[in-house]
Parts: sequence; structure tokens; C-alpha cells
Amino acid sequence: MKRTYGALLGACATVAFASAAYAETITIATVNNGDMIRMQGLTDDFTAKTGHEVEWVTLEENVLRQRVTTDISTKGGAFDIMTIGMYETPIWGANGWLVPLDDLSEEYDVDDILPAMAGGLSHDGTLYAAPFYGESSMIMYRTDLMEKAGLEMPEAPTWSFIREAAAAMTDRENDINGICLRGKAGWGEGGAFITAMSNSFGARWFDMDWNAQFDTQPWKDTLEFYVGMMNESGPAGYATNGFNENLSLFQQGKCGMWIDATVAASFVTNPNDSTVADSVGFALAPDTGLGKRSNWLWAWALAIPAGSQKEDAAKQFIEWATSKDYIELVAENEGWANVPPGARTSLYENPNYMEVPFAQMTLDSILSADPNNSTVEESPYVGVQFAAIPEFAGIATEVSQEFSAVYAGQQSIDEALEKAQAITNDAMEAAGYR
Amino acid sequence: MARAVTTNRKIINTAVAWGIGLLVFFPILWTILTSFKTEAQAIADPPIFLGFDWTLENYAVVMERSDYGKYLWNSIVIAGGSTILGIIIAVPAAWSMAFVPSKKTKDILLWMLSTKMLPAVGVLYPIYLLFIKMGILDSKIGLVIVLMLINLPIIVWMLYTYFKEIPGEILEAARMDGASLKEEVIYILTPMAIPGIASTLLLNVILAWNEAFWTLNLTAAKAAPLTAFIASYSSPEGLFYAKLSAASTMAIAPILILGWFSQKQLVSGLTFGAVK
Repeated sequence: MKRTYGALLGACATVAFASAAYAETITIATVNNGDMIRMQGLTDDFTAKTGHEVEWVTLEENVLRQRVTTDISTKGGAFDIMTIGMYETPIWGANGWLVPLDDLSEEYDVDDILPAMAGGLSHDGTLYAAPFYGESSMIMYRTDLMEKAGLEMPEAPTWSFIREAAAAMTDRENDINGICLRGKAGWGEGGAFITAMSNSFGARWFDMDWNAQFDTQPWKDTLEFYVGMMNESGPAGYATNGFNENLSLFQQGKCGMWIDATVAASFVTNPNDSTVADSVGFALAPDTGLGKRSNWLWAWALAIPAGSQKEDAAKQFIEWATSKDYIELVAENEGWANVPPGARTSLYENPNYMEVPFAQMTLDSILSADPNNSTVEESPYVGVQFAAIPEFAGIATEVSQEFSAVYAGQQSIDEALEKAQAITNDAMEAAGYR
Repeated sequence: MARAVTTNRKIINTAVAWGIGLLVFFPILWTILTSFKTEAQAIADPPIFLGFDWTLENYAVVMERSDYGKYLWNSIVIAGGSTILGIIIAVPAAWSMAFVPSKKTKDILLWMLSTKMLPAVGVLYPIYLLFIKMGILDSKIGLVIVLMLINLPIIVWMLYTYFKEIPGEILEAARMDGASLKEEVIYILTPMAIPGIASTLLLNVILAWNEAFWTLNLTAAKAAPLTAFIASYSSPEGLFYAKLSAASTMAIAPILILGWFSQKQLVSGLTFGAVK
């Protein structure tokens, strides 16, 4: 009997030792948004399933971008998993900085990832980051104001209709602006919006020889339309409005329409924060009939830096966090409206999720954006609201500053386009593209 | 009549001083007030000053989501450690510059100050690589060293200014009485310069506490101080101003309290030698 107990104790000790030796603590760098914070709250489920502990480093988006770029380019090894976007993934994948995610388990069902997302997070057909959630942009509008204006929003409106509707909904006396759009400088703020908008006007950043295209008519048309419409129907000081400023205006009932990230739909329909929660409708981002709409495509995705000492544990975490089971887990705990959207096809086949008012329009918006073919005329880059080359962030930030100066009335459209052309061509020449 | 003018001037001076004080303090006051609002009240237009439903919910959320104690402890160690280390190095340096200056002393002082003029991001990569090689990335000791080096020019300059006010004859007398160099610095110079050292110490604790470039860029999960704690509540996509304000209030509270209790020493140290 003693011997049996001894053997049993020995076996237990061996198992305990083996588990302890296997259990890792992984460090994950991530952004501060609702979905990521929710994931942090559910980490215990991952630990219970795998034994691995997780340490979180949550940072503001721009700080995070600088922090992880420094670490991965110096092979610092401070993080085992990094939250990165569609802009970084193909560039870092091409540099060999990321572990390819080409051996994920069968149960994970990698083919279930929405093709647009998988395409934007791959390089040469290899997936380098798994999408945690995806987003596009769409029109959010006030159904009551639209009705009052005697108009009906089509599912896929044109820019001409949007301008007409914005003018009709504007009521300066009651502090209602027909339309709220991003104007704030920054490649991820106003820069992202105007680039996506320019796609629908037939503009592009570069021709096939990497020459800047700001001296072409489509760019002039884009800016003239934007500035004209915003001066007629936009809020005062729109040159400094970004996502948060417009969200605040819309939630307080001061915008008739707002074209921005699909993720905003859950904010503006939340009665705890929004005064107009029960009168919000959705439509596809507008076009001009040239075949491209003005919506963007973005994903926050999880990637493993090459050289990570804890690659296996990191892969297990990525499989857990971006799995179908995780979506079920969030739905159980927080409801279907709060599951991370835009990453998996199966989510949009789930009848429970399709009851969420903005689910279908989010999917339609994502599906209508193609990062590999985003412009009317052929272009040499991947990306809808950006060009996935390392130089883009710096160039686009400067260009968007010039555009914001136009919105603020500090310079003319022609001056801004001339400067944008020079800034871009100089930078591309210095980088060896031309 | 003369008395009336003096009283009037006093009233005006007091009013102006209060006005400037309130203006400077207003952003902090607004942050504190916002931390007790709901997210909807935090963005209300027109802004609500006091007439809102006070709530502690933001603090509860922040405490639940983050390990505040860990960040606080890291801040205390990093700010305290870098300041103490800086003082230990700067006292002898400032002594030599103040009492046994060479021809190049002024040049050295200017050169030291010039290092503060280099944008920090310009040396981010070399320092980051150095930290990786030395194995001190995301460690408190690494940040203590970096923040000490960053603030050292200010510490030396401040101490040098205070030491210059102390008559060299007193130190000479101590030397005549047989005091060694160590005794001269520890038993004669330091006690006489206590207000100056105290204010230097306090100012550098504040500078190190608020430093947000290196503390964000050289840390991950282990050594992150309160600056990283605040950064984790800032978001360009989502209105979380009330929670951000709660986190900010919690981050500045310790240094605010320290500053409040030591304001006399701080003022006397900063004005030391200002009036001759």
C-alpha cells in the first residue's frame, strides 16, 4: 500500500514538475480599445486551458506602434506577441521579422478567416498575423433627421447624394451639422479618411513607377469636394476633428451623418453613452460610380516576433484569442454585440450575430474593400487607406498636415497639392524608389 | 495715504497671484473632476463643472483592470533611486566646480547642459541596443541609470549654484582645523547646503516621476512605472476620458501630495541666493 502511495506521489510530482517546466509567462503588447480590454479580462480562460500566464502591456496606439517597432527592429525580445495592424504586417513579414503562421492547428480553421483580412495580413501568400478583429468604414446616419429632410438613404449612396443630404440635414440654429468627417492631421486620422475617399474619385498615391500623383485631376476633385461639402455642412473647426471628436459630436446629436470606422457602430448605438442610440442607420461608404467605394480596411492582429523564446506558448495564445471558441466565450459573457467583429466568415453565418443591427453592413463594408486592388487605375502598392511601404507613415503624416492646413483655411488646395507632390517625390527619391 | 496704496497693491498682487495659481492648477483640477464623472458627462457640451452625479466607478474600473501598486512601486524606485544616485555623484562634482574651479569649469558646465538639448528620440536606438546587450531592458536598474544621467546636468547645475553662495572661507577654516576632504564635504558643506540639496532632490524626483519618453520606451511588463499606467488608458478610438482622468489622478496624487507638504523647502531652495 505504502509503495502504491509512493508511486502515486512520485507520478504527481513528475506531472507537477513537467507542467511547471512547460508553463510559460508570455508578454503581450496591445492597444487600448474595448475588444482588447475584454480579451484581457478573459485571459484566465487561456491560463486554465494551457497553464501559461500572460502579462499585458497596454499602450495608446501611436505609442504602441513606436514601442514595438523599436523592439522588433533591434530584436529586443521584450514582447512575445505584438498587436500590429495591416500596415506593418506585410512590411515586417517581408523583412523576416515575424514568425510565419503557416502551421496553425486544424481545429483553428485558418480558411475561415475573411479573405480580405488574410490577404492584408500576408506577404507572398504567407499569413504573418492572425486578425483579432477587423474593421472597415461606413456611413452612420440619423434616421430621424434623414426622414425630416424628406430623403431616404440608399444602401450604397453616391457622394453627390451625401452632399445633398448633408445640406438638407444641416440646422445651424440647433447646432446640427449635416456631416462630420475626419480632418485632423496624421496618416491614421484625416490622412486615412482622405486617402480612402480619394480612391472613390479615381485618385491614387503613386503610379506604377512610384511617381507621386497629387498633380492629377482626381486628387483636386477629391479635395474640392471634401472642402466644399465640409464648409457647407460640417462642424466648425473640422480641421482638428479625429475619430474621438466626431464620436463625441455624433453621440450628442450634433451630426446628421458620420463616415468612419465600423467599430464606432457599437458606441453610437449604446444607450449608456449615446443620446441618439435608437435612431442610427447604416449604409455603405459613398462612391462616384467609378467602381471603388471610399471605405477603408483595417485589422488589429496578433503576431509573434521572430526569435521569440516562447514561440509555442505564443502560438497557443494566438490560436485561443482568434478562435471561434473565443468568439463564443465573449458572446456568453458579454453578449453578441460585443464579440470582436470582422475576422471570421463563420461569425457572419451565425444567426445570433446577424441579429445585431450593424453586423450585415460591417460585413458588406469589409467585403467591398480590397487591399490588393484599391484604386481605379493600377497602383504598385498594397493597402486601401495607406500604401504598405515603410516610408508611407512619415510621408502621409506630412501630406495630411498640408491638407489640414487647407481645411483650416490657411492655404489653397492648389498650394497643398503642390507641396504634397514635392514632399512625396522627394521622400521617394531619397528612399530609392525613383 | 501711503498705507492705502500699499494695501491696494497687496490686494491686487494677491488677486493676480491667485489668478495665475488657479490658471496653472485648472487642468489638474479639471482632470480630478472628470475622474468622478461618467464617460457621457466627461464629454458633455457645454462642459459640466460641478453639477454632475459624482461616481467612483472609474476608479473601481481602473483598480480592477490594472495593478496600480506595481506601477506605483516602480515609479517610487525609479524616481527615488535615480535622484539619490544623481545627488551622490553631483555633490562632489559641484563641490569641485564651485570651490576648486579650473579654466575649463564653465565650458564643462555648458557642455553638460548642452546634452539636454539633444532630442531624446535621436539616441533611442543606441540606448535600446545598449540595454539589450547589458540585459537591462525592462528593468528598474536600467531606468535608474538612464534617468540619473538625463537629470545629472540639472542636479549639478543647481548644486553648483547653491555651493557658490557658501563662503569658501568656512571650508578653508575647516581645512585649517584638520578636516579631510571627505569630512569637509559631509560635515561642513552638506549641512550648510541642506535647503539647496533638498530642493534639488525634490525637483528631480518630480522630473523623474513625470519622465515619459524613456520610461515608456525602455520598459514592458516588469519595470513599467505610472507613466505607462496612464498611457494604457489613452485611446484614439474610443471616448474613455473619465477612466483616463481617474488613472491620471492616481498617477499624479503621490507627487502632488509630496509637493504640497514640501512646498516650503522647495520654495526656499529655489529662491536660495536669489536675493543678495
